[in-house]
Amino acid sequence: MKQFIARRIGYSLLSLLLLSLTIFLFIRLTGDPASLLAEPGASAADIAAIQKKFGLDQPVWYQYIYFMGNLLRGDLGESFYYQTPVLELYLSRLPNSLLLASVAMSFSLLLGIPTGILAAVRVGRFWDTVGKFFALLGLSLPSFLVGLLLILFFSVYLEWLPSSGSGGFLNLLMPAFALGWYFAAAHMRLTRSSMLEVMGSEYIKLARLKGLPEFKVIAKHAFKNALIPVMTLAGINLINMINVAVVVETVFAWPGIGRLLYEGISFRDFPIVQGVVIIGGSMIVAVNLLVDIVYAFVDPRIRLEA
Amino acid sequence: MSVTARDTAVANAGSVREWLRDVPAIPFLILGCIAFAAIFADFLAPYDPQFGSLTDRFKPPFWQHGGSLAHIFGTDHLGRDVYSRLIFGARVSMVVGFTAVIVSGVIGTVLGIVSGYLGGWVDQVIMRLTDTWLALPALTFAIFLAAIVGPSEMNIVIILAAVYWTRYARIVRGEVLSLKEREFVRLAVVAGCSKISIMRRHILPNVVNSSIVLATLMLGVVIVTEASLSFLGVGVPPPKPAWGVMLSDGKQGLMVGYWWLTVMPGVCIMLMVLSANLLGDWLRVKLDPQLRQL
Repeated sequence: MKQFIARRIGYSLLSLLLLSLTIFLFIRLTGDPASLLAEPGASAADIAAIQKKFGLDQPVWYQYIYFMGNLLRGDLGESFYYQTPVLELYLSRLPNSLLLASVAMSFSLLLGIPTGILAAVRVGRFWDTVGKFFALLGLSLPSFLVGLLLILFFSVYLEWLPSSGSGGFLNLLMPAFALGWYFAAAHMRLTRSSMLEVMGSEYIKLARLKGLPEFKVIAKHAFKNALIPVMTLAGINLINMINVAVVVETVFAWPGIGRLLYEGISFRDFPIVQGVVIIGGSMIVAVNLLVDIVYAFVDPRIRLEA
Repeated sequence: MSVTARDTAVANAGSVREWLRDVPAIPFLILGCIAFAAIFADFLAPYDPQFGSLTDRFKPPFWQHGGSLAHIFGTDHLGRDVYSRLIFGARVSMVVGFTAVIVSGVIGTVLGIVSGYLGGWVDQVIMRLTDTWLALPALTFAIFLAAIVGPSEMNIVIILAAVYWTRYARIVRGEVLSLKEREFVRLAVVAGCSKISIMRRHILPNVVNSSIVLATLMLGVVIVTEASLSFLGVGVPPPKPAWGVMLSDGKQGLMVGYWWLTVMPGVCIMLMVLSANLLGDWLRVKLDPQLRQL
């Protein structure tokens, strides 16, 4: 077990190292990183100062060590526009992103799990087809389109909900729906297939043989076991939501990480864009590690196999 | 001899007809229409998509009060004809979507085959790289790359290929691992085939189906990503009529009720992605039983 965890952590560290190397090399790919790292419209003297500051006049390996050193100290550079460290900006926006992601997640689970169960119980019949159709629609409608259509309907025509901004609970409804929509489809699909797998197992047959009413078989015996993979996916998706929310947050002017990234693009504030990508990638590596370790605890087969 | 040849021909024709019978007609038709619009955009579009007259700004579609048949889907904030822009937008989506899917598919498939067949350190290097790139959140990574290389249609293709090749590499490698233990590959090794010719002649034809299925499924993803990037202003540069750019422009008029600037390109994106997904699902069942669970 210890060995397994140690190896997983080793892999994750290697992933992080490669990740930083990828980002580092891509920035240098354009030939002149100073023009990216300098403010738009910076003078030649400013660019020379930037080159000196980031050691861009030194050999590449030295630059990478310098870059890594900064990363390890949590120094992701400073935003041109806000004149504050990127990490600080990121952390100040994180609560908003987490709030949006949790509401979107609750929504996607509330919609995805029951429809997934319904589709599995009625497999091949009417409700299954309806469920399949909605899952397809969920996967095909880009979130920004859902967002814009929601604004058109609820803000412009009905005038029920505010179209942008943050603060109240009402501000949260539409962005959460637009963000959760896609994930609801994914959760529905997984719930369905997971339920189908469980429903075919021996202990469900036994529960039925005992003469338990079908509702109890589904609700008590099948549901609990089918939920494990769905909750795992939901955990990973919560992190994904923070990272894909950029479009939804832009549509609704929600002040989260995604909005920060959008500001980074539109003000040509490169340190922000770089910071968001590095933190996002690291978060996913960390979550994958966590899932691997938790699974190894839950399921001995995994750690013996590896 | 001639009889047998004809018999096979007849049998083939029969199976082709059978094969075509359950092609999902509607998605095929929709994609066909979009492709048609993309190819013949110059003849189909009544107006220049990039120039409009400022006196004709924000004209609604023809069935609404104030609209006319001169601009059947209305005009935008610069007085440009929405219908013409949609048609030329189809070209952007098709070109970017297909090229990106093909480029990422080729890169991913080749790396997957090489990684799976050669094994050893080559496999380690390629797979570590794949895992790392998979860990980067796709959209954020694409935005990061776009911020570096700047907006242009060509760059979008490169970015999308750079972000999405990993999915192919993962799946193809998995298949190659089981293929290389099979009799016919071992016989080829015994017969003295070079590694390159085994990969090309024996492995590639067996994984190409999965790659095609995955490519069809990725088409929708790629188009949505392109539209998202264009919407955020780091995709196709503005005067070009991409659907994502149109949505982004239309956002200004949304609060005043100029719904057609949002709904029209939105419906186009939705139809295209939906058709690609339906077609991908169908192909998956048709070509590759192993991928059905995907």
